Formats: sequence, C-alpha cells, structure tokens
Amino acid sequence: METLNTASAMATMATQIRRDVLRMVHAVSSGHPGGSLGCVDYFTALHFHFMKHQAQPFTMSGRGEDVFFLSNGHISPVYYSTLARSGYFPVPELATFRKLNTRLQGHPATHEHLPGIRVATGSLGQGLSVAAGLALQKKIDKDPHTVWVVTGDGELQEGQIWEAVMFAAHRKLDNMIVAVDFNQKQIDGSTGDVMGLTEWTSKFLAFGWEVLEMDGNNWDEIMTVVPQAQSKLGAGKPIVIIMKTEMGQGVDFMMGTHAWHGKAPNDEQLAKALAQLPETEHKDY
Amino acid sequence: MKSYEILGQKDTRSGFGAGLHEAGKRNSDVVALCADLTGSLMMDAFKDEFPERFIQAGIAEANMIGVSAGLATGGKIPFAGTFANFATGRVYDQIRQSVAYSHKNVKICASHAGLTLGEDGATHQILEDLGLMKMLPGMVVINPCDYNQTKAATMAIAEYDGPCYLRFGRPKWPVFIPEDMPFEIGKALMLNEGKDVTIFATGHMVWKAIEAGHILAERGIDAEVVNIHTIKPLDRDAIVASAKKTGCVVTAEEHQMNGGLGDSIAQLLSRELPTPMEFVAVNDSFGESGTPDQLLEKYGLTSAAIVAAAERAMSRKA
Repeated sequence: METLNTASAMATMATQIRRDVLRMVHAVSSGHPGGSLGCVDYFTALHFHFMKHQAQPFTMSGRGEDVFFLSNGHISPVYYSTLARSGYFPVPELATFRKLNTRLQGHPATHEHLPGIRVATGSLGQGLSVAAGLALQKKIDKDPHTVWVVTGDGELQEGQIWEAVMFAAHRKLDNMIVAVDFNQKQIDGSTGDVMGLTEWTSKFLAFGWEVLEMDGNNWDEIMTVVPQAQSKLGAGKPIVIIMKTEMGQGVDFMMGTHAWHGKAPNDEQLAKALAQLPETEHKDY
Repeated sequence: MKSYEILGQKDTRSGFGAGLHEAGKRNSDVVALCADLTGSLMMDAFKDEFPERFIQAGIAEANMIGVSAGLATGGKIPFAGTFANFATGRVYDQIRQSVAYSHKNVKICASHAGLTLGEDGATHQILEDLGLMKMLPGMVVINPCDYNQTKAATMAIAEYDGPCYLRFGRPKWPVFIPEDMPFEIGKALMLNEGKDVTIFATGHMVWKAIEAGHILAERGIDAEVVNIHTIKPLDRDAIVASAKKTGCVVTAEEHQMNGGLGDSIAQLLSRELPTPMEFVAVNDSFGESGTPDQLLEKYGLTSAAIVAAAERAMSRKA
C-alpha cells in the first residue's frame, strides 16, 4: 500500500479523492457529497500516513493492525474512494457505487464483502459502540494497535453515542481515537438550529475523555494534532478530536451551506466543481 | 403416550448460566456481556471464573449490542444477556444493522421471556421477540424447553459461527430432557410418535404438550408430540412428515400468535402440505401482573387448551 509522507503529497491525493466523490454521486444522482468533501483530508491523512494497516489481504478481525470505523456511514463516497486509492479494492470499482449488484452499497456494508468494511453503518449512532467493542477486544488480546473512528456531529444527537462514550471511558479504552466531524450542519439545517449542539469539549471532558480540537481542512493542524492525539494513547482515557470541517470543502458553491449534505450535482454543477479540482497524477477512475 | 420422568424443577435461565460457564471453559474466545442483570441471568459462575472475559455493560443495551458486534469482529464469541424485552424490541435496529446485516457472531441471550416472567407485568413480558428475531435474515432463533436443553443449546450456539437468538425464562419448570442429550440446531426432537394429531411445541409449552398428550391418550387419541426448539431454521422435513402422517396440527408457544412458531409452520404447510391447524398462543394481547400459572391459565396457554385445540384440529380433518 502506498504511504504518503508529506502534506503536499497528501493534498494531491485528497484532490483526487474529492474528484472521485463528486463523480461517484453525480453518476447515480444520489449520495452524500457535502460531508464527504469535508472529511477527505482527514481520511487521506489516516489511510495514507497515520494508520498502520494492511489493505491486502484484508482481514475482518484487524488483529495486529490499526482499524478504522466510519460511524456516520452516509459519507460512504469518501470512505470508498480512500479505501480503493489505498489498495483495498480496485479503483475502477468506484464506478459501481450505488448501482445494482455493487459491493459499494449506498451506506457501507459487509454483506457484499467489500474489503475494508468491518460493519454496516448508516443507521446513526451505532458505529462508535462497535468500535469500542473492537478496542476492547484489542485490550483483552493485548494487541497494541489503534482503533480510529469518525462520527458526524449531528450523529451525536443519538443517545447510543453517549452510551458508548460512557462505556469507553469506564473501560479505559485508551486505544481509540475518535474524530467528530464538526461541520455544524445536518440535513435539516445547522446543528444549532436542529438540536442545539454546544460545549462539546466540556461534554467529552465530563465523560472522562481526552479532548483535542483541530481544523480538519488544514494540513498543518492535521499533521500536528493527530500526533498529539497519538501521544495520549495508553494513558487511560479514550481520545476525541473535535474536528472542525467545512461541508463541501474544495468546491466553492458547496461550502457554507447544508444544501449538499445529501444532494448530487447535475452535469453543469459537476463540471463547475471539477474545474476547481484539477485531475492529479493519480488519475480519474 | 410415552412417559417422561421429571428429573427436577429448574429454571431455564440457570441452564443458560451453566451452559455459558461450560462454553467459557471450552473456548477462551467466549466472552459474556450483561446489562445490569447478571444475577437474574445466572451469569455469576462465568463472571467469577473469567472476570477478564465478563463485560458489565450497564443499563445501556444498545451499546451492549454494538460492543458485542465489535468484539465479534475481532474474533471473540460474545454472549450478550438481558431480559428478552430489552434484548430484542429495545435494540432491534442495533441487532438488525450491527449484528444481522453485518453477520456478526453474536449470541443474543434473552431471559424472562413471555408471560411466565409473572408479576413484573406486561412492560417486561415480551411476546413478540420470536417474530422480531426470525424476520432478520440469517438469524438463528432458538427457544429451548427445559434446563438441560437450554444448557446444551447454549453450548451448541458457541460452536456455531453466526448470529443467534436464544430465548429462555424465569420460572422453575419440569426438567425431563436427558442431561447428556446433545443439542442439534435446526433439528426437531420427537418426543412421542402418534398418528392422530401432531402437537408442535416450543419453550415452556413443550411440557404442557406432553401433559396434553397424556390427557388425549386417556381419550383414545394418539398424539404425536414434537419439540421444535429451533424456530429458525425450521426443520421442514420433520414438520411436513409429521403433518402428513397425522393429518392435523396444533402449535403451542408462549408468544403472540402473530409472528411465532405457529406462523412459521402455517407458512410452511400452506405451501408444502395444506393441513388443518390450530394455534395455542397469545392472541393479539399484552400480558399483565400475576403468577406464571395464573397468567398461563388466563391467556389460554395450558395443557387443557392444547387438548381442546387438538380435538378441534382433528374434527377438521378431511
């Protein structure tokens, strides 16, 4: 699997993944580009730099490697593109996204045996519990690797999230690094309007977590804060990064609005968006 | 009608506890989770011997199911236990997405199922769980009839790779299955061969079916009594063969008529061999507080009700 060591190399890969995301959702006129675009940089940084993982052969158990869980499964486009580009399955398969008989279901699933996916997510609030279970298994079996998780910020409205947050602290799952995609937008509008979401840092602190904050669309911060989070592994507390991102990051007309949470661009919009993200050396699928 | 010696009076949840303890001894990958009901589910023996493999989940069942799915992903064999109501209805979507759809090797262990929970009342007396669980693709659904069968079933599902639902109960109940009888998932257990009517029973109602068989014998009716401990996958061959032999069928279960064992058998027979059928089950009603015996009487889950159903079924034979 390809490892990228510089922010500029990762930024190039991120641009290619953004193109993939847009082309995937455009091809089927459905899917979730907004949150996907916002999380591209973090997904790239994890899968091409920070995570110690093995794409081939993929093993479901993840024993002896870092494991990643996407709890807010609707941002599957960024997940699929990152998995394909980091070697889990052939990049051209991205063209099958959301089409009949695909392994790339609308929301991630294990049912079609897509390498890289370890549990179905989509119904929100469940992935963090599953990740906590795997982190606990690694503790029991003395596997020193890390469990990485991404959740949405709207997803924190699910009660089960707080059951898992409580559980992870109680069991001292200090082998988990959870990033909350803090884009402050959800389907019906801003998170503040839908269900007042404030004081995240103090909420997680009160539950006994280690908390860091980061701009998830700033490479300098990603390259600084993620190692800081890693330095806190093994210290008795689960770790959360409140990761501020911009929904639609990289495409000017998709930023600053929740409109592109779950809407695909039409032909004209796609062309306009791709013009802002020139094809890279990694090439379109 | 064959006579079965009552070997003792024990609760099926204790059979689960004993089976879990034994499964834990046999396989170090077996782990157990419980949502603040460790004593009620008789999980203490496992907890005491394997504290590092026992996970107290607190009163947070949704998370317990998710954590179980994660443990299973990593190669563990989690047995997640709580009352049947909280193990199914409360966490249906968690079981659906994180366990069944994701095909995780999680064992959902559900105690205090049905009316025989007794005095706690309808909030806790789930009568819909078999239906909820059997609808999930790939889910194995088991409802054993006594202590020994529950113990054996618990050990058997530890050996099976895939999601399972194991249902058991609270009250002391006659033990009559031999202690050394192995449990075969999906295999009906013939308790009495007969020729006039077949009684297919599951869970606590199996003993009631045996009692009914004796009453019917006194009336000159030769009843076949079959224990369907596995509701899914259903033993199609055994059920069709018995229905063919006797020509009429009664089902008996401590569950809603909608969605239960009778429903599964009716679907099978309507396709394979249309047969007159009668159902002994709760008929579209919640339970209430009372002693187990009072509730079984009030809601028609008795040997007398099975006898009456058998006579009705026989009267409908061509």
